Amino acid sequence: MKQDKSYSAVMSRRNEIMKKSVGIDYESFEQEGIGFSYEKMMREASPYSLSEIQKIQLYNGVGHTPLKELKNITKMVRKLAPKGKGARIFIKDEALNDSGSFKARRAAVSCYHAKKKGYKGVMAATSGNYGAAVASQAAKYGLKCIIVQECFDSRGVGQPEIVEKARKCEALGAEVIQLSVGPELFYTFLKLLEETGYFNASLYTPFGISGIETLGYELVKQCENEVGRTPDVVVCTNAGGGNLTGTARGIKKATDKKVQIIGASVNLKGLHMASDYQFNRKSFTTGHTGFGIPFATYPDRSDVPRSAARPLRYMDRYVTVNQGEVFFMTETLAILEGIERGPAGNTSLAAAFSIAQELDDDQIIIVQETEYTGAGKHHGAQLSFARENGINIQFGNPRDEIPGENIIIPKNPSLIKVNDLDLTRVKKSCIKNHINNNPEVELTEQDILFLMEEINENKTFVLEILKELGR
Amino acid sequence: MIEKGAWVQIHKIVLHPHERAPQVPDDTKKVPLEMWVKGFLLDSGKIGDTVRIKTLTNRIEEGELVEVNPSYQHHFGHFVREILDIGQMVKTFLDGDDQNEAR
Repeated sequence: MKQDKSYSAVMSRRNEIMKKSVGIDYESFEQEGIGFSYEKMMREASPYSLSEIQKIQLYNGVGHTPLKELKNITKMVRKLAPKGKGARIFIKDEALNDSGSFKARRAAVSCYHAKKKGYKGVMAATSGNYGAAVASQAAKYGLKCIIVQECFDSRGVGQPEIVEKARKCEALGAEVIQLSVGPELFYTFLKLLEETGYFNASLYTPFGISGIETLGYELVKQCENEVGRTPDVVVCTNAGGGNLTGTARGIKKATDKKVQIIGASVNLKGLHMASDYQFNRKSFTTGHTGFGIPFATYPDRSDVPRSAARPLRYMDRYVTVNQGEVFFMTETLAILEGIERGPAGNTSLAAAFSIAQELDDDQIIIVQETEYTGAGKHHGAQLSFARENGINIQFGNPRDEIPGENIIIPKNPSLIKVNDLDLTRVKKSCIKNHINNNPEVELTEQDILFLMEEINENKTFVLEILKELGR
Repeated sequence: MIEKGAWVQIHKIVLHPHERAPQVPDDTKKVPLEMWVKGFLLDSGKIGDTVRIKTLTNRIEEGELVEVNPSYQHHFGHFVREILDIGQMVKTFLDGDDQNEAR
């Protein structure tokens, strides 16, 4: 019998397709009520210990990236900071992983697992560095690989950053399916999973997150051994939440000391991520608030029933920076430190430049990633493309930037300032989403405990929000 | 005529405007969801023909033949003066005004 391949039919088979393609029975982690056992899922669904993952990565060109002190950028910070302030800034140069970004850590575990379980190939839905990461790891294991990208608008104009990633995936042997703008990418993805029987190397499975734990673990050990101090602050670029979640979990495995975890996203307020017109009016295709906020406040919107990326469990502070500020720091990193890297990975660097000025000068702040750069994914390519698409680029105060209309490059370095998001509000929104998605459920003690863990807050905090919501 | 076995790119419509998902914003709903994929041409044809290809994962796809020997055209962008100015600005900020003097 021929299977119905229509949109509604494929979407209705979503759960069974997913179950087969990731090999995880998510039902077994569900609890009565609204919650599920996150730690049980992390422990049992991805049965690899931190040391096993370190080995898997070491044998496959992933991890052990250098921690580099940004001495000149720190000097700049100290010229701007009050006396006694201005933390030392270090960067974890993740661009040096095979495939050019920290995403190699996530792909390493998924591809190892896929091979072990006998899958013939792997697939990922991604327009970002993750595609190259999966393609690279798949090549090592002789797995076939399909990457599905959202790439072009209806004029057929490709986002340069994404077009470059398509090239990189193809260079590493993957088949790339390119689509125009729209969330129905997921439909095409499901159809292909069903057709091929390949493993879904989703960014949001426990494999995808446990792979990043080595990054957090490494940076603490390196800082302690090479610099002689546990890092005080780690800044993570935040989009889908996996980077921050995995890094924070790894840090906790490396030290009992308190390390402040700060999420940083590029501010793209006002731009709709599924808009055909606005698609090419943004200069960042990841690391921005368009993913950062919705995924933090409702992680299970991802492509698996329960996302392993749950950043509010670990985030101490959430800041935004503007596109112009990130381009400024990308150029500064090249000119003052001699390190040319892609702009998206420097989101957390722009944030760290501002935050370091608040910290004491004996403290250490770590920017936990960089990404490779090249034609298309370079600040020159992005700014040039923005200008061609009618975006006004000028020097000024980055606070005046309006995403989709202009890019304001700071006219002097003192204007680079993070904008603090109200984390309490973000947490409230997360609880609200859990409640609204389960209107029928009578909340029990177990549900309240789950919500406390979801947002890393005490019972009084959660009960008060529930009261406000009339529950 | 493009010979069988050539490396080509095809284009097809995945969803017509009326088939698009309900949550899609209005501007996106007005246009189809399109797809491009590359592979080896299974039967000879010319640009604009509906053809079948075999992709790198040995799947068969059918669509409109849009390009033969597709190449990458993306680049580092046109000159952006502001980038040069950022570099000058941060060097001056760090080392003072004379850092750009010819040595």
